[in-house]
Amino acid sequence: MAKFNKKKDGDLPAVSTASLPDIVFMLLFFFMTVTTMKDSSLMVENTLPNASEIKKLDKKDRVIYIFVGKPTSQYQKTFGSEPRIQLNDKFAGVGDVGDYILQERAKKAQELQNVLTIAMKVDKEASMGLISDIKQELRKVNALKVNYTTYEGDAFRNLQ
Amino acid sequence: MPNRSIPEVSAGSMADIAFLLLIFFLVTTTIETDAGLDRMLPPDETQQPIVDIRQKNLFQVALNREGQLLVEEQPMDLAELRPAAIAFLDNGGDGSCAYCQGLQEASSSDNPNKAVITLKSDRETPYGAYIAVQNELTGAYNALRNREARARYGRAYTEIESEYLNPQTPPALKAILREQVAGIRELYPMKLTEAETARH
Repeated sequence: MAKFNKKKDGDLPAVSTASLPDIVFMLLFFFMTVTTMKDSSLMVENTLPNASEIKKLDKKDRVIYIFVGKPTSQYQKTFGSEPRIQLNDKFAGVGDVGDYILQERAKKAQELQNVLTIAMKVDKEASMGLISDIKQELRKVNALKVNYTTYEGDAFRNLQ
Repeated sequence: MPNRSIPEVSAGSMADIAFLLLIFFLVTTTIETDAGLDRMLPPDETQQPIVDIRQKNLFQVALNREGQLLVEEQPMDLAELRPAAIAFLDNGGDGSCAYCQGLQEASSSDNPNKAVITLKSDRETPYGAYIAVQNELTGAYNALRNREARARYGRAYTEIESEYLNPQTPPALKAILREQVAGIRELYPMKLTEAETARH
């Protein structure tokens, strides 16, 4: 019996934290591999719609991004709450889209200039009027390959 | 002197350093969501070619500002759109399509090569509704292409296509896959046109 009396001291043994760095490093490596650096901070709300029949865009160097959505709360005072276009780090009008595409295209390597895709990251609350204006602009500068970027999911959820 | 032991480096702050790095990466990076629906826009030509498409070869889809669907001038639920589009594309009305399994109705499309789907949306239509419709129409094409690809090559078209588009696929295999993809696309070409959005 005397053997077991020791435990009644009430001291909990200290939990070893020796493996904590390993765990944190594991998390770190996980995030380093599955994420990529942000190259522009979003100034518009960007909840993408869901779709199920999607194709992956693979090479990042062949993609030009266009963001559309309501300005986020900190920009709403100056830019209002109507959906706006964001190109790189600036708000832009429909007329600027063509120039932006030409500029970005000129920056890419020669052999990539004909295979560029325009990724449209559009908030699901935006209206089609703005989108079709952008599409007209894209047609004018002959940037015809478009990808409507979406989340993977059930498309019926978009209607709610 | 020779037996002097090196004092052990304390590893207690290792966790803090790692946490700091972890938080840095959490803040500065995003998880990529680069997947979506691919579309080709029609080229901008000042002179539109006049194409005479017979009414029965047209499948008209319209979306109003509330995101409600009008298909062939009848209101329709989104859930019914995919089967309706499949029935239209796969109809094979004039009997020239050997692989079609449709009902061969005289009032619907003659051949998948002639069948055209038009999508018309309002300027006020929410983008989410538009994507949902695009998704259903893509789904209709994919369902038919998958069926033919399974019959011919033993696996789904979407599978073949994603392997073809994968940059890690060896070039020799890619050449075979390209032919398969092109062959299936020829059977059910994606003829989806968008009229300019309606103005008020």
